Amino acid sequence: MKVLVPVKRVVDYNVKVRVKADGTGVETANVKMSMNPFDEIGVEEAVRLKEKGVASEIIAVSAGPTACQEQIRTALAMGADRGILIEHDGVLEPLAVAKLLKAIVAKESPELIILGKQAIDDDMNATGQMLAALLGWAQGTYASKIESADGGLKVTREIDGGLEILQLKLPAIITTDLRLNEPRYASLPNIMKARKKPIETVKPADLGVDVTPRLTVLKVEEPAKRQAGKKVGSVQELVDKLRNEAKVI
Amino acid sequence: MAVLVLVDHDGATVSQPTRSTVAAATKLGEVHALVLGGGAAAAAAAAMPGVTKVLQTEDALYAHALAEPVAALLIALAPGYSHLLAPASAAGKNVMPRVAALLDVQVISDIADVIDADTFVRPIYAGNALATVKSADAKKVITVRAASFDPVPASGGSGTIETVATAADPGLSAFLGAEIAKSERPELTAAKIVVSGGRAMGSAENFAIIEALADRLGAAVGASRAAVDAGYAPNDHQVGQTGKIVAPDLYVAVGISGAIQHLAGMKDSKVIVAINKDEEAPIFSVADYGLVADLFKALPELETELAKK
Ligand SMILES: Cc1cc2nc3c(=O)[nH]c(=O)nc-3n(C[C@H](O)[C@H](O)[C@H](O)COP(=O)(O)OP(=O)(O)OC[C@H]3O[C@@H](n4cnc5c(N)ncnc54)[C@H](O)[C@@H]3O)c2cc1C
Ligand SMILES: Nc1ncnc2c1ncn2[C@@H]1O[C@H](COP(=O)(O)O)[C@@H](O)[C@H]1O
Repeated sequence: MKVLVPVKRVVDYNVKVRVKADGTGVETANVKMSMNPFDEIGVEEAVRLKEKGVASEIIAVSAGPTACQEQIRTALAMGADRGILIEHDGVLEPLAVAKLLKAIVAKESPELIILGKQAIDDDMNATGQMLAALLGWAQGTYASKIESADGGLKVTREIDGGLEILQLKLPAIITTDLRLNEPRYASLPNIMKARKKPIETVKPADLGVDVTPRLTVLKVEEPAKRQAGKKVGSVQELVDKLRNEAKVI
Repeated sequence: MAVLVLVDHDGATVSQPTRSTVAAATKLGEVHALVLGGGAAAAAAAAMPGVTKVLQTEDALYAHALAEPVAALLIALAPGYSHLLAPASAAGKNVMPRVAALLDVQVISDIADVIDADTFVRPIYAGNALATVKSADAKKVITVRAASFDPVPASGGSGTIETVATAADPGLSAFLGAEIAKSERPELTAAKIVVSGGRAMGSAENFAIIEALADRLGAAVGASRAAVDAGYAPNDHQVGQTGKIVAPDLYVAVGISGAIQHLAGMKDSKVIVAINKDEEAPIFSVADYGLVADLFKALPELETELAKK
């Protein structure tokens, strides 16, 4: 089966972002950018499905500025076969991304789409579910295990209180949780090979999708700073402070 | 128009995050609650002050809260409501974006404040920034960060209870099973005290020291991602940007370095204690009381000290 893996370009997870002084957003100029970590897990899972002979072709798709090609190349170096860049400067909310991906699905007819559960920049945790809704497909979110079973997929999900196992009909949407796998590093030869793999570029207008944001950001602020407290010298002192100063035990 | 809240429950009581969601919903209008299954849970939902009506269905189709049929049911009910809310729990986050897309609106995830009927505050970038967003959509579909709203009480209200009609079954997925750990400890997102262990615990056996300390304090147990990935603690114990968000009166972080992603889940706690052998560990920058010590020495001492008096 054909597998689609959406990959988002985000501020690297090691960067502590700074809010812009004018309150319009966060500083992203000269900040290290990477593939959303949950999407690396998605690419890895797709590549493993291909290695098992379950997946036939893997297409990595990214929506955003031209620079998203870097993240598509990373996916290609990990083992994806080709890429699609949906080029757009400006905000893309999950609903818009889901509509763009739906248009790609209409052209490519994949049977499985593996997204990250959450982008670590907007922390929306929404695109996979929204895409599943628009396509009328089954969704298996927060997956920690995927197996082929009974002509569909058996998915183990991380939920409040533990784990849940669902049977999904295909075609289906999966979103990845942290324990699904450990993504590989691309080897140098594979990075070289990835340079020759094709990336097609399209625009939202080519796909007939209106990507106008529905949410207007009125302001972006820094949260209240927490004061670092004091160091205590001993366990006795700690318990005394908790009992008599903070009065929390 | 009224506001509809999707209830998380255990068949008898309503979850505390749901009561926080009702608190947020009360700022938007008259509140109705939707209870899937759970005979007695409907009465518990009707007892939340502010809830005027409970819609209940005991149809087996909704027994496991599968996203596809639950979203279809919410879509059937949506015309009567201006806002649809759910706690930002695993269940709420699973279904509400699906509902939003079916209504052609942008979901507003994990709100931490309600400014007005169209305007909300939500954390982004692991809580390192707070965005105030105004929605242009006719209907709002929202998940609520429970830690940011004081829950309404569990009793005092007197809503009516009505049965709702089953919506069409999309028939896309089926429930095969679940592994839910039963615990006598308080629920992580509702506990007044949380004790969390990190990678430094070293093994699942050693993690038992964290559990013993938690039991001594009547606390819930949490963990860093590293501790969960290593198998010391179950997945649903993970506190952080991509795990649970907690804001207890007391949070005790043991052998946790304090990565941005972990801080995102606990930095709104009232009092934070950190026990770490590295005095440079970032966790100390948010801790009210820091103890630089080897945890394997400090925790037994702590047990002894707490046992006194
Ligand atoms: C996409 C993504 C999402 C993530 N989401 C989360 C999340 O939700 N929650 C989360 O927690 N993390 C999350 N992380 C991981 C996060 O970045 C850190 O890797 C993780 O929090 C580290 O866990 P830790 O503090 O237990 O381990 P470490 O960083 O290894 O820290 C261990 C600490 O223990 C101390 N120590 C060692 N031995 C002792 C001893 N004997 N006594 C006392 N102290 C000792 C050390 O000094 C050190 O500070 C995420 C990462 C990514 C990329
Ligand atoms: N602009 C984008 N391009 C490609 N994939 C995206 C984009 N935005 C979101 N996604 C996918 O949707 C997932 C969840 O993102 P979000 O709903 O924004 O938290 C990500 O992990 C990606 O897999």
